[in-house]
Amino acid sequence: MSMEFDVDYEYQDRCMYMAESHPSDEMLRDDRIPHIWCTGCGCGEIISTYIEAVKELDINPDKVAIVSGIGCIGRAAGYLKFDSFHTTHGRAIPFATGLKVARPELDVSVISGDGDLFAIGGNHIIHAARRNMDILVICSNNYTYGMTGGQFSPATPIDSFTTTTPYGNCERPFNLCDLLASAGAAYVARWTSIHVRRLQKSIKEALTKKGFRFIEVLTPCPTGFGRRNKMGTAIDTSKFYQDHGKIDHGADTRDVRLEDPLSDFSIGTFVDLDKETYLEAKERIFSREVKK
Amino acid sequence: MTAVITGTHFLTGNDAAAEGAISAGCRFFAGYPITPSTEIAERVSRRFPQIGGSYIQMEDEIASMCAILGASWAGVKSMTATSGPGYSLMLENIGLGVMMETPTVVVNVQRGSPSTGIPTSVGQSDVMQARWGSHGDYEVIAISPNCPQECYDFLIKAFNFSEQYRVPVTVLMDECVSHMSEKVVIPKEEEIKLFNRKKPKDKPEKHLPFKPDKDMIPPMAAAGEGYKIHVTGLTHDYKGYPVMSAECHEPLVRRLCDKIRNNVKKITLIEEYKTDDADVLVIAFGAVSRSAMTAVKIARERGEKVGLLRLITIWPFPDHVIQAYAQKVKGFVVAEINYGQVLYEVQRCARTDNVVAHVPLTGGRLHSPEEILDGIKEAGK
Repeated sequence: MSMEFDVDYEYQDRCMYMAESHPSDEMLRDDRIPHIWCTGCGCGEIISTYIEAVKELDINPDKVAIVSGIGCIGRAAGYLKFDSFHTTHGRAIPFATGLKVARPELDVSVISGDGDLFAIGGNHIIHAARRNMDILVICSNNYTYGMTGGQFSPATPIDSFTTTTPYGNCERPFNLCDLLASAGAAYVARWTSIHVRRLQKSIKEALTKKGFRFIEVLTPCPTGFGRRNKMGTAIDTSKFYQDHGKIDHGADTRDVRLEDPLSDFSIGTFVDLDKETYLEAKERIFSREVKK
Repeated sequence: MTAVITGTHFLTGNDAAAEGAISAGCRFFAGYPITPSTEIAERVSRRFPQIGGSYIQMEDEIASMCAILGASWAGVKSMTATSGPGYSLMLENIGLGVMMETPTVVVNVQRGSPSTGIPTSVGQSDVMQARWGSHGDYEVIAISPNCPQECYDFLIKAFNFSEQYRVPVTVLMDECVSHMSEKVVIPKEEEIKLFNRKKPKDKPEKHLPFKPDKDMIPPMAAAGEGYKIHVTGLTHDYKGYPVMSAECHEPLVRRLCDKIRNNVKKITLIEEYKTDDADVLVIAFGAVSRSAMTAVKIARERGEKVGLLRLITIWPFPDHVIQAYAQKVKGFVVAEINYGQVLYEVQRCARTDNVVAHVPLTGGRLHSPEEILDGIKEAGK
């Protein structure tokens, strides 16, 4: 009997389930793990698909810069092993704009959330899309402010319950994809955190393009949003995303509004245009007017 | 087109400030139009494309401030120019610049305030907001020119301070200085002394981006140089990683403040006129110092022992200078275009038996020398 107490079960568990390294270690700050994200959160899929996309494209990691704002996904900058900047709430896009315009050889990506990018940072994102600024923006849309405990955001569907809409949300959400398509984005796509292969392919596609690129990723927030809105566990939400996300490439963005978190919705690449980017226009105009 | 336009020019303060920034090596400007600073953006937007710089007009001043921080982390000297209302919007991210230890320069051409105030006329009421406007404990540098030549010279100084101490530096101009035209002499490029930020010398895998040297200032890598730095507005350790503990917070915030406080004497710039035997010392800065100079000269002609102390460095406040004069003079006169800001700093540094007379204006016009002479009379009683 006494033998049982000598067994270090914790050590055994570690040996059985923990690998010495992770395939993404070279692009992860492994000294920052464990991360702060809740069980079932979809943020992890975004950073793992981003890393895989960078690896598959063989982009020099020294030339990749990540900028994020404040929020759960805002911590992504702290976990990715690139030059990474964790800025103030809502201001990732203008910071990234300065970085990109001052050093155009960098691949600058903004990874942030629906509240950060579309509420406090809403003015910046529409203007970056209007300029066709050469940055990739990946938005983790979990319908809520997760970091502060689950308040409604500009992406929260009407009637939803959050900690600040205890009787139901009276506001309508932005159609994020349509907003940026009409503002002038060159690339607009939507996936969910369960569609990892397609999301990874989409990030690859976006990283090879120029101009303003936007990928909305629906992510479960079981802790902050799901449990208050009959969405079950993260697995239930992911299963729901898998079953109800209908691939509709090239769909008119006016038709892809997320009205109800529990009905069918469109995913896919909605906008993919080749149009002159901010940096291309700058080069064209200045070479014509200034250099002669 | 050369960057440094060596020679003698007739320039407004705003135009001279733009040329000073260019001579300092600034090659990134993000801004938003606002009176009375707009001419700086206009000149930069014309000049930068000729010399390989980037001008970008942002959607607001918040975005402008964030963009210049981003550009600075790209390794490019950056700046913006604004006035009171825009400066208010920038303050949260000036705090981010302090926390991220980002060298950058903000020109604030002050106008009559509060709120929209008198956009087209002079004011000096952003002194305290330049020091205390962002949340938290921090120290910044602010300097104030009083003529177009100094707008040129002090932009170079502002960039040098920001690069040396890794802190956002504010140039507190005012509408009067920004719109007056005077002779500005721009030296030869090789005669301009520039200070550039320290770069790391260690290998990327060993580099600790926020480990300070003995001078309390860490070397600064730029994005794209292979260091894979992490930079955050959260309280962070030497690696730049967030650490949510008082043990990490305390030394960080103290260092951010002390790297400026401990160098007050090196950062202090003042101009003294007939102060050696003065019984009354007039203290002024910016455009008001020109009226104050006339007032002091008139008083001297009358045989009164009056001197002028012009503050160029406003922040960190030169306590040691005022304290030394407090031992020698009977009274101080503080003339400023606000309803009491530098006054409080002078009162703090004065002896209890010094008379501290105040000659405030709230904006819209400059003091006449006679108004300052009234203050001199009061302080000499």
